[in-house]
Amino acid sequence: MASDPPARRDRPLSPHLQVYKPQWTSVLSILHRVTGVALAAGTLLLVWWLAAAASSAEYFAYVQGFMASGPGIVLLIGWAFALYYHLCNGIRHLFWDAGIGLELGPARLSGMVVVAAASALTVLSAVIALAP
Amino acid sequence: MSFRTPLGRVRGLGSAKDGTHHWWAQRLTAIALVPLTVWFVVSILMLAGAERTAISEWLANPVTAGLLVMLIVATFHHGQLGLQVVIEDYVHTEAWKIGLIVFVKFAALLFGGIGIVSVLKLAFAG
Repeated sequence: MASDPPARRDRPLSPHLQVYKPQWTSVLSILHRVTGVALAAGTLLLVWWLAAAASSAEYFAYVQGFMASGPGIVLLIGWAFALYYHLCNGIRHLFWDAGIGLELGPARLSGMVVVAAASALTVLSAVIALAP
Repeated sequence: MSFRTPLGRVRGLGSAKDGTHHWWAQRLTAIALVPLTVWFVVSILMLAGAERTAISEWLANPVTAGLLVMLIVATFHHGQLGLQVVIEDYVHTEAWKIGLIVFVKFAALLFGGIGIVSVLKLAFAG
């Protein structure tokens, strides 16, 4: 920008992600954002499903058929993991907002708990939903 | 060429008087979504692969329909607040930034509205 003072030009942008070793806290932080964006798109699946149910039995059967197909199941399992991760990590964020668990050790441990809980809930849901 | 410092440019413009509103709305919807999401996931697992009639019977209960409407409202409000922050963080061209935020807010209202009308239709008309 020509009108900016010299100090503003070529000012380095932080953070310099490439010089940092990935850590539990940093990777899970960006995963919260990634799953949030994915869920925004995934919520359209829910609206599609509801609108189909409100439209006709034939169209609803078509949507249910898609959800039970290979790509549909992959999409739903991905959606379930994103939801469980964002839910569990969101609770972790609410504790942080209350000033609880912000130290390095607890923050790392709670992150591991969140990943374990989200993974376990995803597997459990898949087993329940796919059971004959 | 301006000799004014960045601080000099903003001094006196005053605060927007809603500094914490966005943050607070995102937390409130998050707190509401914790029980609503748990309820929804349990319900939807019960309905996996169900017929259309099972959905309308489920939504014939006003408590169910009310909870689902609230879930849709809280989800889309929370989602558009979050997407706004993501856009503000990564899109640095002013026109694109404003345009995308407007698009996200309109899309949230449209799809949230379609979701709510669908729930109400299933609740009232079966």
